[in-house]
Amino acid sequence: MLLFTLQKAGSPEDAIAAAQAGARYIAGGTTLIDLMREEVERPERLVDINALPLKDIRVEGEDLVFGALARMSEIAAHPDVLRLQPLVAESLIEGASPQLRNMASIGGNLLQRVRCPYFRMHDAACNKRQPGSGCTALDGLNGGHAILGTSEQCVATHPSDVAVAFVALDATMRVRGPDGERSFPVEELFRLPGDTPHLEHTLLPGELILEVRVPGGAHARQARYLKVRDRASYEFALVSAAAALEIEDGVIRTVRIACGGVGTKPWRMRACEQALIGRPPDRANLEAAAKLALEGTRPLAHNHYKIELLPRTIARALEMAGELA
Amino acid sequence: MSDTAQSFPTRVDISLTVNGEPVDARVDVSRHLVDFLRLDLGLTGAHAGCEHGVCGACTLQVDGEIVRGCLMLAAQLDGAEVWTVEGLTETGALADLQAAFVERNALQCGFCTPGMLFAAADILAQGGQPSRVAIREHISGNYCRCTGYEAVVDAIETVAGARARGEEVSA
Amino acid sequence: MNTQFVGQPIRRVDGRLKVTGGARYAADFNLDEHVYAVIVNATVGLGRIVSIDQAAATRLPGVIAVISHLNAPRLAYHPHKGAIDPATGERLHVLQGDQVRFYGQPVAVVVADTLDQAERAAAALSITYAAKRPAVDPSASDTTEIMAEASKGPKAYYPADTARGDADAALATAPVRIDAFYDTARENHNPMEPHATVARWDGDRVTLWSKTQFVVNEQAEIAAIFGIPTENVQVISPFVGGGFGTTLRTWSHVTIAALAARQVGRPVKLALTRKQMFFTTGHRPRSLQRVALGATPDGKLTSIVHEGRGETSRYEEFIEALTAGTGFMYSCPNVRTQYRIVPLDTGTPNHMRGPGEAQGMFALECAMDELSYELGIDPIELRRRNEPEIDESTGKPFSSRSLMPCYDRGAELFGWAQRNPAPRSMRDDREYVGMGCASATYPVLFSPTRARARLLADGTAEIEVAASDMGPGTYTSMTQVAADALGLPLDNVRFSLGRSDFPPAPPHGGSQTMASVGSAIRAACAAVLEAAARNREVRPIEAEGSAQRDPEVAARFSMHSFGAVFAEVGIDSDVGTIRVRRALGVYGAGRIVNPRLALSQCTGGMVGGIGMALMERTMLDARDGRLVNAHMADYLMPVNLDIDRLEAHFVDEEDPHVNPLGVKGLGEIALVGMAPAIANAIFHATGTRLRNLPISIENVLTA
Repeated sequence: MLLFTLQKAGSPEDAIAAAQAGARYIAGGTTLIDLMREEVERPERLVDINALPLKDIRVEGEDLVFGALARMSEIAAHPDVLRLQPLVAESLIEGASPQLRNMASIGGNLLQRVRCPYFRMHDAACNKRQPGSGCTALDGLNGGHAILGTSEQCVATHPSDVAVAFVALDATMRVRGPDGERSFPVEELFRLPGDTPHLEHTLLPGELILEVRVPGGAHARQARYLKVRDRASYEFALVSAAAALEIEDGVIRTVRIACGGVGTKPWRMRACEQALIGRPPDRANLEAAAKLALEGTRPLAHNHYKIELLPRTIARALEMAGELA
Repeated sequence: MSDTAQSFPTRVDISLTVNGEPVDARVDVSRHLVDFLRLDLGLTGAHAGCEHGVCGACTLQVDGEIVRGCLMLAAQLDGAEVWTVEGLTETGALADLQAAFVERNALQCGFCTPGMLFAAADILAQGGQPSRVAIREHISGNYCRCTGYEAVVDAIETVAGARARGEEVSA
Repeated sequence: MNTQFVGQPIRRVDGRLKVTGGARYAADFNLDEHVYAVIVNATVGLGRIVSIDQAAATRLPGVIAVISHLNAPRLAYHPHKGAIDPATGERLHVLQGDQVRFYGQPVAVVVADTLDQAERAAAALSITYAAKRPAVDPSASDTTEIMAEASKGPKAYYPADTARGDADAALATAPVRIDAFYDTARENHNPMEPHATVARWDGDRVTLWSKTQFVVNEQAEIAAIFGIPTENVQVISPFVGGGFGTTLRTWSHVTIAALAARQVGRPVKLALTRKQMFFTTGHRPRSLQRVALGATPDGKLTSIVHEGRGETSRYEEFIEALTAGTGFMYSCPNVRTQYRIVPLDTGTPNHMRGPGEAQGMFALECAMDELSYELGIDPIELRRRNEPEIDESTGKPFSSRSLMPCYDRGAELFGWAQRNPAPRSMRDDREYVGMGCASATYPVLFSPTRARARLLADGTAEIEVAASDMGPGTYTSMTQVAADALGLPLDNVRFSLGRSDFPPAPPHGGSQTMASVGSAIRAACAAVLEAAARNREVRPIEAEGSAQRDPEVAARFSMHSFGAVFAEVGIDSDVGTIRVRRALGVYGAGRIVNPRLALSQCTGGMVGGIGMALMERTMLDARDGRLVNAHMADYLMPVNLDIDRLEAHFVDEEDPHVNPLGVKGLGEIALVGMAPAIANAIFHATGTRLRNLPISIENVLTA
């Protein structure tokens, strides 16, 4: 790996000060160190935030609050998570191997870099790594790439599974920066590539994720995550869907749907949701609503199959959630 | 690399325990845990297979949890407790699993085996008799290219059963 | 033959070492004062190096040397071709010129005190290229197929053309025909252990602690490259962390390690990264094949046409057994095979488990399955109706052939009778369920081998052969053979391998180790017992023995293993996920020396076949020859959760002709047949015939 310096932060203030001076945060390191090995990430200074008191997992009413440094494995196994937010647990289990789940923090998970083989190769042109250098994937082997939210500059998908669950469940996050704290929906963390694909999220310089809050409710207890992939473990989603349902008197009262593997960020499917409200959760309704997810999709040369797969995945995930009743 | 960065220290002192023994070392911040163990301490039981957290050959135990030795920096481990296959062989913590792996021939080339044993020990530590699917899920982060996996699952299942019944399995 | 131990499910003798982390693989050898080498790879797919600026790299702390074609000594590169090197062409001469032949070719090596320092210096090298567009897609119009020199003529081992009868005329008039194209992907072996070499020079002698499946060839190759006597090279390779063929050849990194060590005057450790393994350690070539079958309405084959093309590099002609099984698998009066290769701007392919047979039998066995549906005849019955009396390609009898017994046993164990023959007729909840089968075959090889046996005063024995054990259990099975031959308890026999100064063994590939090394050990043991009987006083006493195939027997018999492979798949009715619900292989492989090890060898090969069928594909970007998925996250291979129930079985088979032990080998055949069985099961499940590997969710959904 290239040379860098490492310091340890004893408090959020220390960490933020180091970040303001140009350091990058490192927690579990599962993304950052991997990409540093490939010389794709080239930070000169790292600040280790693992000692910060941001590890709790707590219940507030029906809401769950995860400290940014809570490990994927701790959240996935937590009895309150399994009881109130099974979708979160399922997406975490599907997201990584046990060893990585033990290492990776929930904050770091959200900040994973995109899934694109050309992004991972420092000798390939990539607007994300080097703005203006071009996008090798646009006319390259782009079978795994996005069909929603793409631009001429970047077509890479966001890899996180739990982010899809969070976006579906209207999770919010609290961050602290040099100018204090703010909260916003997790969905607003992610930016579309547009003309600035090198900017992936909306955190301001020095901002540190403190926690993620996932609102509970009947729909959150009846929610599933379906990850479709070419092997059963340790593989990114071709398409994934998080689906949460509340059914009352035989009709859908509340529904939340978000998808992974198809967008340049976790993609909330609001048109599908609206089409389902007040309708019985039968197969025909689920399939009809799922097709609305295709609005605005733009397939590339090698990912047309996602057009076929996306509505099928949504319908099936909804059906799986319905079966929990 | 800019000169600015080089003016900051890029080596740090760490004190940790490895296999129960205290170790004090000054390491490059870029030293990966698996390289620290293999190259600096001569503990070659953890293997580097893919070097980006996929294959599981470098699986180790740090502070009681199984981790990827290739994605962890030694410099981050001040105060940590690290166990490798050499250490857990000495304590006997893996003895029944090791015996079962040999008995069931749950290894061929052996390169994945130390990492696989850690993942196996981890699911066994949860107690009870895990299902074969649960075993497969738990060790899916550990590739084996030789055996076909069946024997590995068999061996773990056997040890889980023996432990649940309170039987001693000799090495 | 004394068989107290041979045939018994003995526990592996190296088990304890391997479960305790005590087995030492190449990169585990730490020498005093050794330094680290890191290879720098070309970032263009074809062209030449214009400049290398190493000023920044040289200034970095710890850097000892930066070696490229600009300053590397000219190496002798004396002609040398081992048993596994392509017969035609010349190996890559590394760091000897400015030419870049393929993406990832080594163009420089950096040596530094620590691994981290060497990596940083490698990154700091600034290299410019004059690049051209490489040709990397054998199906594209910018490539041309050729007839390999070594495949010309009727006596060629893998002939370019074979024919009996008039297959094309018979096809044209056949009452029932199928004619289809098949495409199998480029694959990389991906053993768990990356290639590594530690090199140390002592004067003009060099010792290599190196990962290899062929120690004496590595010795000879490095001696030839450096122009030094063979005995000046010592290769040590006690444990090999999987190979599957990739370490049969001595690749460029071994030369680079030795070169770097000589240049810096210190021992050098060089381990390839996983990505680098994809560049320079060979691959299973992509194949493009046509198979056409003609048959009578009652299922008798009247014509087989098998045309296959495989990839090779521009500088060597790699050939393999792509069409080799077609001539003898089934009884048919009219058979024509054609085999061509397509030179590409890539590294040279090499043998990967079931080399050629895996791809060729995929095409042939899918075609047989297609024909069975066309005819409305059960696929096993179709094979029965075409079971040959003799090898019709040579006119010789088979030394043994248990294909139909394998099918019969397999059908019973698998529950083939429960299969509804209609495609897309079986369902289990959300899955379409399909059952498929396919035949497997691999020749029984047996190469000249020597072995040394030594009896010690304490009643124990030592056996030495320059063999390898990449995992199947050579250490264990050879100990069994020697113990039986000497009449000693297992614990009194110590078998050593993996040193080039031991008596020479053939490559640890081609499923011939048991036959070749085992037979030589028996001969050595017999020789040492005889010597010991003549001289009862002197201990230790040692003798060598050798073994090779009797040419008279070889002239009389066609010698192959056969097997029948069954797979049941489930295809998700919504999202197309493909799951191998269970798989079963039955093999007729002669004597099974150690069932405990042999079963594992088979299930491992079956998983390799599952990977070939459903996941494994090395992808190249045609624009610049770049390998797009040269790492383990994107080059998919089966993990534990992908596997459900796997079973391997053997039918009893005695074959006195193949070799003194009557063994046929298992490593290759265990992979062959799995991919077509799965593809055939996918057709049965879905009614859609998919002929390109790997078959993915995308293919199932968009077919």
